[in-house]
Amino acid sequence: MTTWTVIDEQRVHTVTTTGDTLVVDPALLGWDRKPEGLCRDEVCIPVPAGTPAGGLDAALLARLVGRPLVIDGDEQVAAFAAPAAERAAALRSGMAPDFELPDVHGVLHRLSDFRGKKVVLYAYASW
Amino acid sequence: MWQALHEELAPLGLVVLTVAIDRSLDDPRPFVEAAGATHPSLVDTEHRVADLYNMVNVPTVVWIDEEGRIVRPQDVHYVSNEMSSITRFHNRKPLVALRSWARGESPAYPGDVAADTKVPDDTHQEARAAFAVAWWLSQQGRTEAAERWFARAGELAPHDFTIRRGSMPIRGIDPAGPAFFQMVGDWASKGNSYYLPLPDTATSADDYEVEPVEEMTMERLRQRIEQDGKGGDAATAQ
Repeated sequence: MTTWTVIDEQRVHTVTTTGDTLVVDPALLGWDRKPEGLCRDEVCIPVPAGTPAGGLDAALLARLVGRPLVIDGDEQVAAFAAPAAERAAALRSGMAPDFELPDVHGVLHRLSDFRGKKVVLYAYASW
Repeated sequence: MWQALHEELAPLGLVVLTVAIDRSLDDPRPFVEAAGATHPSLVDTEHRVADLYNMVNVPTVVWIDEEGRIVRPQDVHYVSNEMSSITRFHNRKPLVALRSWARGESPAYPGDVAADTKVPDDTHQEARAAFAVAWWLSQQGRTEAAERWFARAGELAPHDFTIRRGSMPIRGIDPAGPAFFQMVGDWASKGNSYYLPLPDTATSADDYEVEPVEEMTMERLRQRIEQDGKGGDAATAQ
């Protein structure tokens, strides 16, 4: 048994595997494994014939669903990024992507809380 | 300075929402408290906003209208002129434009927002994944492994300074020290710009004639960083 940390965008999950490679349940990334392939909403992506049932090798899963992936086998940590095409489509749609973050006192705020007002979103850093 | 703008423009229905892309809530808190900020002062330790908005540097501003639409492509915006003699950014035109938009007197952007919006490629997204792994490893105390992934992220996205400079304090590198100036110098020597301001409010010589700025020398800047313990424009921004 090996315990991996799998980061999906900014969410951190723990995944336990039995072999040496990272096998991920597609549901972790929002995809259902069905007889016709990996499905989400109305879209299904075929899985290569002969692929064992259940979870998928992380690299294969990343390739099939178009998610950039980095894996550190020594440290047992991996991260799936959002596909560039998804980010591009969202930004070019013109709608400001919603997010929820804490303020400096730990109180959570969502961008959408401010709907109805103009918002100046200003990113800075102490560095 | 954002606090003053927030107070000035709130009656017009505008909210200033600051987001510190930092390691912890503690990093920006002293600046926020010193300014007595009443606007929401958020902290993004996981680079969520940088990822969602494809931000590659700070300070970066995004204008969003009442319906939640991005009405102006993201832009570099130093709200204070304190660092102007070093950054070569003057706040005159951006502030005129911001006030005018807040009052509904002029459109937020004269061009095509979608066409002028920069979007990431998958290599950049891979860099963000590498950064996520590095940051997680760093938080676990696995410093050497983290360093490999921070370096990898910077190689994959050499134009992303939220990664390259933003990782410096995590890696024990002074983000306003020699390594930073070498990084910017190397980047510029390859014909690149550290900042890419939108043309309609970009700084020009007449800004300095209309509103002169006080000289900020490198020596004075160093002294201030030593006093504050931190660099950047976090203090003046609030």
